[in-house]
Amino acid sequence: MVAIEDTISTAQRQETQTERLQRMLLRLLVYSILLLWAVICLFPIYWTVTTSFKMAPDVMRGHLVPWVDYTPQWLGWRSLGLSPDTIFNVSTVRAEFLKRFMNSVITSISASFLAVVLGSLAAYGLSRFRYRFGPMKNADISFFFLSQLILPPVVLALPFLALYRELALLDTRIGLILLYTLMVLPIVIWIMRDQFKAVPVELEEAALVDGLSIWGAFLRIVLPISLPGMVAAFILSLILCWNEYFFAALLTSTEAKTLPVMVASQTGSQGINWWSMAALSTAAIAPLLIVGVILERYIIAGMATGAVK
Amino acid sequence: MDKATAAAVEPDDFVIPDPIPESRKRLGRMVFAAGTLMLVAIALMRALQELGIVDLGFATWRPVLYAYIFWGVMLGWSQVLRRGEDGKRALFVLPAALFVVAMVVFPLLFALYVSFTDWNLSSLDGPEFNGLDNLRRMADDPFYWNAMLNMVWYTLAIVAEYAIAFGLALVLHSQIRARKFFRVVFLLPLMLSPVALSWMVGKSMMENRFGPLANFARWLGWENPAFFADPWLARLSIMVMDAWTFIPLMMIILLAGLQSLPREVMEAARVDGATPWQTFWKITFPLMLPVSITAVIIRVIFKLKLADIIINVTSGGPGGATDSVTSFIFREYRDRSNVGYGTLLAVVYLVIIVAFLVTLLNLLGRWMRGYDQEVN
Repeated sequence: MVAIEDTISTAQRQETQTERLQRMLLRLLVYSILLLWAVICLFPIYWTVTTSFKMAPDVMRGHLVPWVDYTPQWLGWRSLGLSPDTIFNVSTVRAEFLKRFMNSVITSISASFLAVVLGSLAAYGLSRFRYRFGPMKNADISFFFLSQLILPPVVLALPFLALYRELALLDTRIGLILLYTLMVLPIVIWIMRDQFKAVPVELEEAALVDGLSIWGAFLRIVLPISLPGMVAAFILSLILCWNEYFFAALLTSTEAKTLPVMVASQTGSQGINWWSMAALSTAAIAPLLIVGVILERYIIAGMATGAVK
Repeated sequence: MDKATAAAVEPDDFVIPDPIPESRKRLGRMVFAAGTLMLVAIALMRALQELGIVDLGFATWRPVLYAYIFWGVMLGWSQVLRRGEDGKRALFVLPAALFVVAMVVFPLLFALYVSFTDWNLSSLDGPEFNGLDNLRRMADDPFYWNAMLNMVWYTLAIVAEYAIAFGLALVLHSQIRARKFFRVVFLLPLMLSPVALSWMVGKSMMENRFGPLANFARWLGWENPAFFADPWLARLSIMVMDAWTFIPLMMIILLAGLQSLPREVMEAARVDGATPWQTFWKITFPLMLPVSITAVIIRVIFKLKLADIIINVTSGGPGGATDSVTSFIFREYRDRSNVGYGTLLAVVYLVIIVAFLVTLLNLLGRWMRGYDQEVN
């Protein structure tokens, strides 16, 4: 008996050993994939940030690690007027940069806000009431809104150029805000429709019985519940608007030019210093990197809604 | 536009319809009529000035825009007056609908008109109707069709992106430490603007003298790494950069799909002694098909808009090898101010996209139905 039990347990032990080996290998594979992809994701960012502290020889010798390969210098940031020794001096480059930066901030925040307001209202209406616009029923109206997503910007760009000239909206922030709102509206409606579907109708019915109007029930009961969804929609819109280049390049020139257009115009000029370009790129991507790290939860929630039923 | 006024809401059960006095209905109609009258009047005045008949001091069409907004407000108000509770419900959708109609339908009609004209923004003449000339010119434009072919290649690259995104989603879904850290890191590429990326990767990392990627390629044994000299290589470089930005999007959608899979099925498969490989192909992958299709469709939609990276890194070069349709039309406008012709190209592109997506969705729908029957 004892002998038999012994063999069984050794067999078991051997099995677990091969299994453990397999699992170890699998884990090794999983972690190497994770690390490899993390490097792929982070290296361009690392490269840009470190290059903004380099000087010409460091760039040419392909130095990578600060303080080991080379001593960090403020050269790139000085050319933007953002290094410690120039931050209090007058700098035309910095003024230009800040103007573009503010344009980006104002247009993307206003457009996202407007889109969330318009989109949430429409999504709520479509998820709760039955409409009939001529032959169009709810499903058709939803489709009408969502189908805007496939509209390539290039189709609208040229008509808008002509229209905005007639409307005196060319090179204005308002003009960009309106276009960006249009661009992100379908995404907001998509996200918010799912959000509102998840809110039980009984809550509103109770509110209506208590004497609130439809709008009262929406503003006081539904809105607070679906606020996380709105934040997700807002953040996603913000990312898309902040990074938008195509419309901004065509429709703005001196006044309303946004940050991506400024970065692009600097890239085009030959003989631009790598360190200044790197500093400019870093400054352009930094706000969204911070937003991404802090609000990652909302971004993921926003992207996952609607895709998974 | 008067379709909107026909908006009727079918009464739901829990609201008692309140009778609306005839006087209020009349007021509602009057409000709407006043708004319409004002819009028409201002548009007419502006049009008269445009034609040079009278000068009423409207320098631009801007007042018409204000009149449209005013008309929208009046429309909403009249809805509430005339239809009470139903009108208040219509107010939820009306703002967005009016906004989209003004911003899409009107410009699209305008685009349709412009695309059959000869209009160069740098010349002083306005648009001049030239019939089918633009279409004929498009048919003979090798660069446009070349860009179209490039779009096919770019779209096909989504297969590889999808495979990578699925792999990453699986890895993130497995039992790992520091999951949140990796999730944040994997998401970061999506935050970067394509323009900044163009410089960061396309212009500096892939720079063939000092770029780290070029150095890396040299270390691997590639004598003279030039990422944008050879047409196929240039196309591939663009694909890689675009994939880098958008893989996180698909990855997150697929990850959400994986997390919503029923746990019991996986458990059952493991108890039955299925290997991970079998579990994936027999269970995970089929269950993930609907989510996968959503992810790929969204990705296709974004891919068809691809332009920023190309405009900033290669400007379509070498010899148009990397041009996307959007970047090609962008240059057609930017460098040649050819609004009429460029718009026609864009409109044709839109028609092709819509036809392509409708066919794709139909095929997928039919295939998924057949697939469901097979499974059940």
